[in-house]
Amino acid sequence: MMSYQLPPVWTKLQRHEVFPEFSHDERARYNFLANLNRFVSTAIAPGNKIAFDKRVEPAFRAVHGRSFADRHEVAAAMSNEPIYQCWGALRRSTMEMRQQNGRAVVLRQAQQLAEKVKARLAGAANLVLAKDFVVPPYLRHVDNHLMPGSYHTEYFAGDVANAANYDSGLFVTSGGMLGSLTDGGGKAIAAWVKASYPDFKPRRILDIGCGLGHNTLPIAQLYPDAEVIAIDAGAPMLRYGAARAQALGIGNVTFMQTDAADMQAFANGHFDWVQTTMFLHETGGRAIHKIFKEINRVLAVGGLNLHIEQPQYTPDMSFYEQFMRDWDAYYNAEPYWGHMHDLQPVDLMQEAGVDPADFMQVGVKAVNDLDQKKADGQVTEDYGRSPIWNVFGGWKKG
Amino acid sequence: MSNQTELSSSHAGGQADHEGIDASGVNDILMAGDKSKGGRPYFFNSAETERVMNIAMAIAAEVAVVRERIDTIERLLQTSGVLRQSDIEAFVPTDEAAEERQLWHARYAARILRIVQQELDAVAHPENNIPMQQIADEINDM
Repeated sequence: MMSYQLPPVWTKLQRHEVFPEFSHDERARYNFLANLNRFVSTAIAPGNKIAFDKRVEPAFRAVHGRSFADRHEVAAAMSNEPIYQCWGALRRSTMEMRQQNGRAVVLRQAQQLAEKVKARLAGAANLVLAKDFVVPPYLRHVDNHLMPGSYHTEYFAGDVANAANYDSGLFVTSGGMLGSLTDGGGKAIAAWVKASYPDFKPRRILDIGCGLGHNTLPIAQLYPDAEVIAIDAGAPMLRYGAARAQALGIGNVTFMQTDAADMQAFANGHFDWVQTTMFLHETGGRAIHKIFKEINRVLAVGGLNLHIEQPQYTPDMSFYEQFMRDWDAYYNAEPYWGHMHDLQPVDLMQEAGVDPADFMQVGVKAVNDLDQKKADGQVTEDYGRSPIWNVFGGWKKG
Repeated sequence: MSNQTELSSSHAGGQADHEGIDASGVNDILMAGDKSKGGRPYFFNSAETERVMNIAMAIAAEVAVVRERIDTIERLLQTSGVLRQSDIEAFVPTDEAAEERQLWHARYAARILRIVQQELDAVAHPENNIPMQQIADEINDM
């Protein structure tokens, strides 16, 4: 039997009412890319460690009489390693192809997508866009994960193209490991909270940096009596997310255009639960502290404050692993990733009113409704891409 | 939502920005390939090599797309009873057809490896490999 684990085919993605149309060849293009990503991550990426152990580290040691002192020294040495060069060039290439292929799909139907979203939102009250909204500078400065125009660019009034691209293409980057609605992270955190704190009955939940809400909706579904506010800076994401939530029949989420560092729309202590999911590493070095200060303000005493992130760089993490995890920061255009993972979550949480003694940190794995064997199949660590995350947080002290 | 009004004080209504949807300014062919912000890293020592690899990977993707499309056609033909996939596996071309197909493969291989063939020719025949500037000067005297 074949031991090679195939990624799920793209058609396993759940299509909803505002989902973009895909032609036969556009689907095939994504099937190819998912398989290319899988091959690069399982067959080629492990070569980096082999080359590091056999060639790069010994050569560095021979010259300097010592091993590496930090991840930046590893990066400089690895940049001359042919195996790494080939892997890096391929990985970058797959990311660029994924963007171009996805953009080609949504831009050719940008008019129809915007009209579908508009029609779905007619009479709905789950979208609140701001007038004269100022997109935070850290978002304007970079196109996160090489997505031209990032989350906030509108190519015309009412545009949702970048959101539709994100919704239909994340499956490719993640190899289908986030499930049929790309909501494995949200499902994981919702299930973990429900199981860990069965008596917790949040009335109001805030999801910061919600994007199109793919990780917000599972929380709203598991807490149907809660009023969920999902905020983001990107109007296309919010529009599309609100229409998508309507299409999926989830009525207790309101999508609001709000800067996380300045949430004046919300009163002090307004929320019982404040959540971020893979958001903090896409902020900035000053903004993150303002955001935690604002979280502290809008979170009720005794409220839950949780964050899903990639693992922090800790002293027990090898410089090699730190270097590999830094790859996405520099080469997948998530530049705050490296700096952010040098911060200590316990310090951030203290800024949000969580006593260090109450700080908690756990690992969660994506809940994937697709073939679990396939989801579990990828045992090779694909730094920054594996559906396993670090959750940190705590309860705000009185 | 009970506090909708309060929360919305600085916000537009949900519909206001949807008026007049007009995507006619979108050039999907060029914009699909928009460059993202930030300098592009090159991993190979030669940016030219990396450029070629990227073009080759894009073509590899299109070959995969064509392959999947042919597979779809085969399966549809099978479903409609026109042929079975086993017919394809068992297909033996006539000698004439086989010869035509071999000819296609030969031409295809030659097209792909044109540059290598011509580089070898340059080594084999230096008399035909004079720099064009020199030829220009020489022709000027002819």
